[in-house]
Amino acid sequence: MLNIKCPYCGDRSQKEFAYGGDGTITRPKLNQEISDEEWDNFVYLRKSPRGKHIELWHHIAGCRQWFKVERDTTTHEIFKTFKPEE
Amino acid sequence: MQKYSVFSLIKNAFSNHEKWDLAWKDPTPKKEYDVVIIGGGGHGLATAYYLAKEHQITNVAVIEKGWIGGGNIGRNTTIIRSNFMYDDNARFNEFGMNLWRNMSQELNFNVMFSPRGIINLAHSDAQMNAYARRGNSMRLNGIDAVLLNREEVKKIIPMADFSEDVRYPIFGGLAQPSAGTARHDAVAWGYARQADSMGVDIIQNCEVTGFDIEAGKITGLRTSRGDIKSKKIGLCVAGSTNVLAEKLNMTLPIETHLLQACVSEPVKPVLDGVVTFGAGHFYISQSDKGEMVMGGDLDGYNSYAQKGNLPTIQHVLTGGVALFPFLSRLKMLRTWGGIMDMSMDGSPIIDKTHIGGLYLNCGWCYGGFKSVPSSGWTFAHTIAQDRVHELNEGFSLNRFSKGYLLDEKGLGTKTWIS
Repeated sequence: MLNIKCPYCGDRSQKEFAYGGDGTITRPKLNQEISDEEWDNFVYLRKSPRGKHIELWHHIAGCRQWFKVERDTTTHEIFKTFKPEE
Repeated sequence: MQKYSVFSLIKNAFSNHEKWDLAWKDPTPKKEYDVVIIGGGGHGLATAYYLAKEHQITNVAVIEKGWIGGGNIGRNTTIIRSNFMYDDNARFNEFGMNLWRNMSQELNFNVMFSPRGIINLAHSDAQMNAYARRGNSMRLNGIDAVLLNREEVKKIIPMADFSEDVRYPIFGGLAQPSAGTARHDAVAWGYARQADSMGVDIIQNCEVTGFDIEAGKITGLRTSRGDIKSKKIGLCVAGSTNVLAEKLNMTLPIETHLLQACVSEPVKPVLDGVVTFGAGHFYISQSDKGEMVMGGDLDGYNSYAQKGNLPTIQHVLTGGVALFPFLSRLKMLRTWGGIMDMSMDGSPIIDKTHIGGLYLNCGWCYGGFKSVPSSGWTFAHTIAQDRVHELNEGFSLNRFSKGYLLDEKGLGTKTWIS
């Protein structure tokens, strides 16, 4: 069982959270010409590293805020959690 | 190679089974091979076998970081099926069904392929319509599909909860009677033994640490047991695909996720086929030993840990108990996890890459086991001929950027969408 520290609510069980995927992906800017390659990168391509991974989580059964987690994908150790803008 | 038969079994009984030949050798890696396959799982070993058998390429090495059969080939829930709607998936997997049917004879190894059938349960009229369509598509591709109504399902699984006031009442289901199960580790060992007998080197405890690329072409690889030269290298490393892709400076439409399964204590025969309860994120079969073999969802976050967390098991078994209430009285014997190469559309990738001589076999998601023979056969063809076979041309790497997705179930890594 993961214990995730929501930056807004504190330590909670993983059951309260939903996973949102790689947190380092940025959406291409709106209202601009975007190449197929950029869309491919944004929609499909993922590094999925073994080791430290920055990811998005959603405190869906709590405050419903999105935030970021830095977690080890091999040991499941959570190093830190932070607000998306941090 | 010693042939396995009832006569060799009797003969070896007289020497207390101490004089059997080794099933495969333990060679030291040579300096150069015609083809190197990275990954000694089902797909890698099958590829090596078909390279030797179908294409007469026997100067082949299979490099495995751990031991053969220690990854997903020994961790899956052994389901073999071809109940796909899309032509690319259906043709590919039905081709594999024919290889499964003859596998024990061909490999001289009892893989215990047991075509006991699979039922996908439906819980609404809309789902019945969708299954009728899928069944018709399957039949157009020569795959047996039978649409079952509620009463027909009840005859096959009378112990399921058929009450009408449950969250997902059973309306019927789609069956593929020719689907089944097999003894998964025997598949790895059978392919390994035959490949070895044709001259393939199976090199275990050998980790790939890097690749040599010159002028856009692969020339060799570096391993924990020395450098190996090869002009053709095939990747069959499932959950470790992204780790090797990073060494190749490639980014792939793959995420590595954790999938768990579990078995109960063995009980007397109660369930003769495979039943999937998609609405409850649960599927089940009964092993020959009597254990109820169960699985369901991914843990849901990127993971390379081959062990999972309890909430997913609880979630899967909650669905299980809703369908088969008798499960609540069984003790769980064990749970385990494996790491899946989840592609973004839920379908695999068997293709060439932008690097000459480097071939990619990955993206097997929940169902790599059933595709072991068809994947090995087509990947061997792709490597030997340096072009994809018509059976795997739909499984291209560039289908994502081109928009030709094979989104059979509409889900890949993003399980939360469903």
